[in-house]
Amino acid sequence: MVDTPKELCYRETHEWVRDEGDGTVTVGITDYAQESLGDIVYVELPAIGDDLETGQEAGVVESVKAASDIYAPVSGTVVAINEVLEETPEIINASPYGDGWFYRLEVADAAELEDLLDAEGYLEVVEEEEAG
Amino acid sequence: MSRRTPLHEIHVAAGARMVAFAGWEMPLHYGSQLQEHHRARSHAGLFDVSHMTILDIAGTHAEQWLRELLANDVARLQTAGTALYGAMLNERGGVIDDLITYRLEDRYRLVCNAATRSRVLEWIERQSRNRAVTIAERTCTAMIAVQGPRAAATLGGVLRQYASRLDALEPFCATWFGDWLVARTGYTGEDGFEIMLPGDAAPACWQALVATGARPAGLGARDTLRLEAGLNLHGHEMDEDVSPLEANMGWTVAWEPNDRNFQGRVALEALRDSDDYQVLTGLVMTQPGVLRAGQLVHLPGSDEPGVITSGTYSPTLGHAIALARVPRVEARQALVDIRGRRAPVRIVRPPFVRRGKKVYN
Repeated sequence: MVDTPKELCYRETHEWVRDEGDGTVTVGITDYAQESLGDIVYVELPAIGDDLETGQEAGVVESVKAASDIYAPVSGTVVAINEVLEETPEIINASPYGDGWFYRLEVADAAELEDLLDAEGYLEVVEEEEAG
Repeated sequence: MSRRTPLHEIHVAAGARMVAFAGWEMPLHYGSQLQEHHRARSHAGLFDVSHMTILDIAGTHAEQWLRELLANDVARLQTAGTALYGAMLNERGGVIDDLITYRLEDRYRLVCNAATRSRVLEWIERQSRNRAVTIAERTCTAMIAVQGPRAAATLGGVLRQYASRLDALEPFCATWFGDWLVARTGYTGEDGFEIMLPGDAAPACWQALVATGARPAGLGARDTLRLEAGLNLHGHEMDEDVSPLEANMGWTVAWEPNDRNFQGRVALEALRDSDDYQVLTGLVMTQPGVLRAGQLVHLPGSDEPGVITSGTYSPTLGHAIALARVPRVEARQALVDIRGRRAPVRIVRPPFVRRGKKVYN
């Protein structure tokens, strides 16, 4: 049911990570996350230049139903944010892996990327939550 | 095991996201809570409310007993087919439940919340000992709400042979169409109806209403619609530790005649006369962000904070709204703690939306 592209990496906190191959990664929330939240109406993004530690709160996404923190999947410096989300957060629902991306990080330690889940590992997390 | 309504299969087939709610499996949404909300404001939304607790009260003491049980006075229901909203209070004046009481030809019907069911049943069982009343839970009765500016046209299309009687049905009144009891009541701030009917007739009724233009809406839209309409939800705006005076329900307490000793009256009168209680008010935040239950509200000139009881993004208004229980001070502005910052909000008198339009000042 939920879309988990194979070429992406994931965190158990429902962020996806795309290695851009230039020392940066793009981060967003997964299809499962957007579907669980329902209609998204508000997003708080980090600021460009913020230094984030792995697992640190990087912002908030709010749906009609609930608020959910978003976390930095790896440590690094924020180099870009998707400002469009502030005016049209609903594109996260429409395109969680495309136009609904959140921010880009310059990765502090490339080795941390090895700690992320692959699509299969992330789907196991989803299945556990669904069963939970 | 959670219970399923007679419409369960229809919800699943329609792609509903089913969630556990008060011991029931209920639809949260059918894809988009926002679209369902807008549809109820612009056309007609269809809600499965079969989880509500329906109790029929009969017997020679039924009226007298209900006048003691409820803070509103069922003696005001002078003819069959009239209804009133009110609270069932405990000895301390706290709200056990809020409910609608219908007077029918040969009995009264109470429609109570699902979440309070076991407490309500236990309480009324205790209150009715040695009284000439019978209490029957209508577990086989389903309940469907159709709400919105097109609700009358939609239901009229289903009850075609009775269309003129349906049009003539006044707000907060109910009448029988065959074995369907149809009330002009609801929980959205729109015109609409609540239909109580045999469970086995519910699927066909639901499908017929879809065919005449109503669209299913889940618990998610039900919550944003009721909050825009400034309507309370038990467990949020009030519970057994909150009196009706603190929940903007003072208007539902029938103080006259003053010799009617309803349950909770003594405690409630003492609170009223003390003049020392918080009140429920509305909050509006037009800057980005969403107000949520539990956030603290700081009013100018008061050290004691208030608290948001329900908050959401208002789909109709496009910004956050909330109900909050706050100290009784004159103020037009307040600050709300949202994740470490203090956001300015306006204090307004609910409702926020009625009949699809902004109504607060």
